[in-house]
Amino acid sequence: MRFSGFRVLKEGLTGNKGWTPHWRDPEPKSEYDIVIIGGGGHGLSTAYYLAKEHGLTNIAVLEKGYIGGGNIGRNTTIVRANYFLQGNSEFYSHSLKLWEGLEEDLNYNVMHSQRGIINLFHSDGQRDAAARRGNMMISQGDDAILLGRDELREMLPYLNYDDLRFPLYGGLYHPRGGTARHDAVAWGYARGADQRGVDLIQNCEVTGIDIENGVVRGVQTSRGAIRAKKVAMVVAGRSGQVAAMAGMRLPIESHVLQAFVTEGLKPCIDHVVTFGMGHFYISQSDKGGLVFGGDLDFYASYAARGNLPTVESVMEAGMALMPMIGKARVLRSWGGIMDMTPDGSPIIDKTGVEGLYLNCGWNYGGFKAVPGSGNVFAHLIATGRYHENATGLRLDRFRTGRGIIDEEGKGSQHNLH
Amino acid sequence: MRITCPHCGERDRREFYYRGAAVDLDRPAPDAGAEAWDNFVYLRENPAGVTRELWYHEGGCGAWIVVTRNTVTHEIQGSQLASEVNA
Repeated sequence: MRFSGFRVLKEGLTGNKGWTPHWRDPEPKSEYDIVIIGGGGHGLSTAYYLAKEHGLTNIAVLEKGYIGGGNIGRNTTIVRANYFLQGNSEFYSHSLKLWEGLEEDLNYNVMHSQRGIINLFHSDGQRDAAARRGNMMISQGDDAILLGRDELREMLPYLNYDDLRFPLYGGLYHPRGGTARHDAVAWGYARGADQRGVDLIQNCEVTGIDIENGVVRGVQTSRGAIRAKKVAMVVAGRSGQVAAMAGMRLPIESHVLQAFVTEGLKPCIDHVVTFGMGHFYISQSDKGGLVFGGDLDFYASYAARGNLPTVESVMEAGMALMPMIGKARVLRSWGGIMDMTPDGSPIIDKTGVEGLYLNCGWNYGGFKAVPGSGNVFAHLIATGRYHENATGLRLDRFRTGRGIIDEEGKGSQHNLH
Repeated sequence: MRITCPHCGERDRREFYYRGAAVDLDRPAPDAGAEAWDNFVYLRENPAGVTRELWYHEGGCGAWIVVTRNTVTHEIQGSQLASEVNA
């Protein structure tokens, strides 16, 4: 089934009776060429690009819950390529280019909206840092515009410009940044992978990884054993548990990151606005809700919910920056399980086990990486070589100390990012 | 989440700084080799369930505390002064 304007019109006039399920619900086969553990955004896009770009379709994606039920449905939907360091820059730039062609590619409306992202700054020193970051973004081939206070006020008149602690000096504007409909990204990739023959197997929890003489042979699941020539682990916050099945310990600590959404309002916030000094960022969904969040709770957690001190600090930062949102009522909040690495950057690599591949460590930035991550991971699994835009995301950078990608300059240590 | 300090009793989470897994108490010898140091600095069990962690009572008595905590429920199951654990 292809989506088109004509199809929408026709279905609308004939009672919407012609729509069919977007993907099959197959029984798992006993053997596949490739098994992908994790049916989230990254796992689904990996399967999609394996099928589309490498012609590999004897693939199963195993999801312990349901498609779209993990972090791909629990984020704040921001898409951007405003990184500073080599290793990250070319990767996120690659991912943003894939986003820009994604809807055509998938024949699916993911509501990708390049409304622009503005990172605020509050001092001369921060302005210099923003200019330097903007220059790095431009040298990567992406876009960045340094806004002064007056230009900022013209674009974002609703901010509090007179805050004594954090006066607004301007912002770094990244016009190609924006948001996308998170669920639709999962559904679009799932549909695209399924159409190319990939089996998406839900309610199928992996309980063991079979390894013989250093070579992966398959997986044990709640729906029986499945043999496979290659196995890919793409399970975000659960990476520690899945890697343990392969006898591995990872440089990962899973933390909780909270986010919030208000009742639907008339359009009032046209961009994504980040207030780094207050650990606060916000955008408005197409449905009208203000979607915002802050920093980690800063303790290890798999609870998928956080504590009130973080809620309080996020609300305070929001009120300090834009008092106009004070009358909006918060509808709900949620917590995602973040796979935090010591340097704050991700891992896409082979492992010490032949045929076993690892994709994890997305910290609090996995959503924007969904197309790029699947694309370069599929390249690694299919060819055995690193994609040209993902040579730096190595697992061994921590052990060797070479190639640490410490974007925030905080140091490479757990609990700093 | 309220954390029990052996000196001060049950206190608000905001009084504490979280350091991470209590692996920090088992510092290898300087010449223990790259693998031992990789284990110590970077690699983590990262369990979904009961774990032992180091917290610092920054806004209270200043003690380092080993807290036994469940990462799925946030239940605090016990705490002990780090100085006693390492004694």
